[in-house]
Amino acid sequence: MGLGNRATLYAFWLSSCSWRVRAGLQFKGIPFDEENVDIVREKRHLTEQFRTINPAQKVPALVIDGTTIIESMAILQYLEDTRPEPTLMPNTPLLRARMREICETIVSGIQPLQNVGLRSRLGSKEQFQSFTKYWTERGLQTVEDQLKSTSGHYCVGDQITMADLCLVPQVYNAINRFNLDLKQHPTIHKLFENLLKEDIFLKTHPENIKHRMIKNVE
Amino acid sequence: MSGDNEQKPVLYSYWRSSCSWRVRIALNLKEIPYDIKAVSLIKGGGEQHCNEYREVNPMEQVPSLCIDGHTIIESLTIMHYLEETRPQRPLMPQDCFKRAKVREICEVISSGIQPLQNLIVLIYVGEEKKKEWAQHWIMRGFRAVEKLLSASAGKYCVGDEITLADCCLVPQVFNARRFHVDLRPFPIILRIDRELENHPAFRAAHPSSQPDCPPEVAK
Repeated sequence: MGLGNRATLYAFWLSSCSWRVRAGLQFKGIPFDEENVDIVREKRHLTEQFRTINPAQKVPALVIDGTTIIESMAILQYLEDTRPEPTLMPNTPLLRARMREICETIVSGIQPLQNVGLRSRLGSKEQFQSFTKYWTERGLQTVEDQLKSTSGHYCVGDQITMADLCLVPQVYNAINRFNLDLKQHPTIHKLFENLLKEDIFLKTHPENIKHRMIKNVE
Repeated sequence: MSGDNEQKPVLYSYWRSSCSWRVRIALNLKEIPYDIKAVSLIKGGGEQHCNEYREVNPMEQVPSLCIDGHTIIESLTIMHYLEETRPQRPLMPQDCFKRAKVREICEVISSGIQPLQNLIVLIYVGEEKKKEWAQHWIMRGFRAVEKLLSASAGKYCVGDEITLADCCLVPQVFNARRFHVDLRPFPIILRIDRELENHPAFRAAHPSSQPDCPPEVAK
C-alpha cells in the first residue's frame, strides 16, 4: 500500500467527492493508483478495515507522502500546498474566496444532502429521491447565482480551479439521478458542457474509468 | 490591505448559528474589530430573505462578512480569507501536513455534520423525527472527529496552538448538547471544549454574549 512515489486513492468510481480528487491528481500530473471502494452494493466503506484508512467512513481517502488524508477539500488543498504547479487556485485572496464560496456551497450545501449514505435514514426510495432532489436544486440555484458574477471561461475567471472540480461531478450527479434540466441554470449549463471536453474531466470521468474499477472488486 | 481609513468589517450573524459563531471566534482570535448586525433566521420565516438583507447578500445566507469592500459568505471561506489577508495571530499551522489535519476536522464538521442538522434541514425532516436525525449525524461525525483528534490533538485540535479546527469544533459541541447527544464517548472533544470554554475569544463569541441573544437565555 502506497510505497514509493505513487499515491493511492481510495474512491468509488461514481462518487462525486472521489471525482473531485481524481481530477485534481490528474490535473497536477501526480501518479496514483485507484482502489475501488464500493459504497453502494458492498458498503465497503462501513467495514472495520476501511475505518482504519478513513475513520469518517467515507470516500475519498488519499494515501500520499507516507500519510493518509481524508475529505476532498482537505486533500485538494494539501495537493495545492505541496505541489503548487500547475495551480488550482486563483492568485488573489478575493478570487480565492470566490472559488471557495462555490466549493463550499457544493461541498457542504449540496453534496451532503444528496449523499447515498442518507438512503437508510430516509424511509422509502421516493422520500430519498424527493429529499435529495430538493436540496440539489436549491443548492444549484445558489451556485448559478454565484457563477453569474465569477465565471469567465471557467467557474472563476479564465483559469481552472477547485470550483470546477467541485461543479462538474455535482452537476453530473444531478443529471444522472434527477434528470436535472440544465436550461434553468444557463451559466452552469455552459460551463458544464465546456468542462466535460477538457482532459482533466474526460480522463477521470466515471464512465471512462468504470471498467477498470469494477474489475478490481473481488 | 489594511488602512487606517478602512471601514470596520460588518458581520451579519445569528446568535445561535454555529456557522456564524465560527466566524466570530476567528475574528476575535485574530483581534479584528468588527460590528455585528443580527439577522434572525427565525423571525418572519427568516430575516435573511428580506429585501434589506438581500441587498447586502443576494445569496440570503448567514453568516456573511462585509470586509474590504466585498461581501463574503460560507464560514470556512470567510475564515480562510481572514487568514490570507490578516496573517497576524495565525489560525493555520505552517506545516502542510498539519494544515491538512486542520482542514480534515473543519470539513468533517462543516460538511459532514452541520449541514445535516442545519435549521432548514430539520424543518424539512419534521418535528417528530428531527431530534433523532440530528443526534444520528452528530454522533456519526463526532466518532470521526474523535478518531482524527486521537492522532492530531495536543492541547487543542491540532497540536498546541488554536486553529480553525477549534473554531469549528466548539460551536458543534454546543449543538450536540442542544440535541442531547451523549458526549461521553468523545473524551478528547470534551477536553478541548472545556479547555476553550473560558478563552476570552470564545466567550465573547458565545451565543449568550450576542446582541440578539434573547434575554432569558443570556447569562
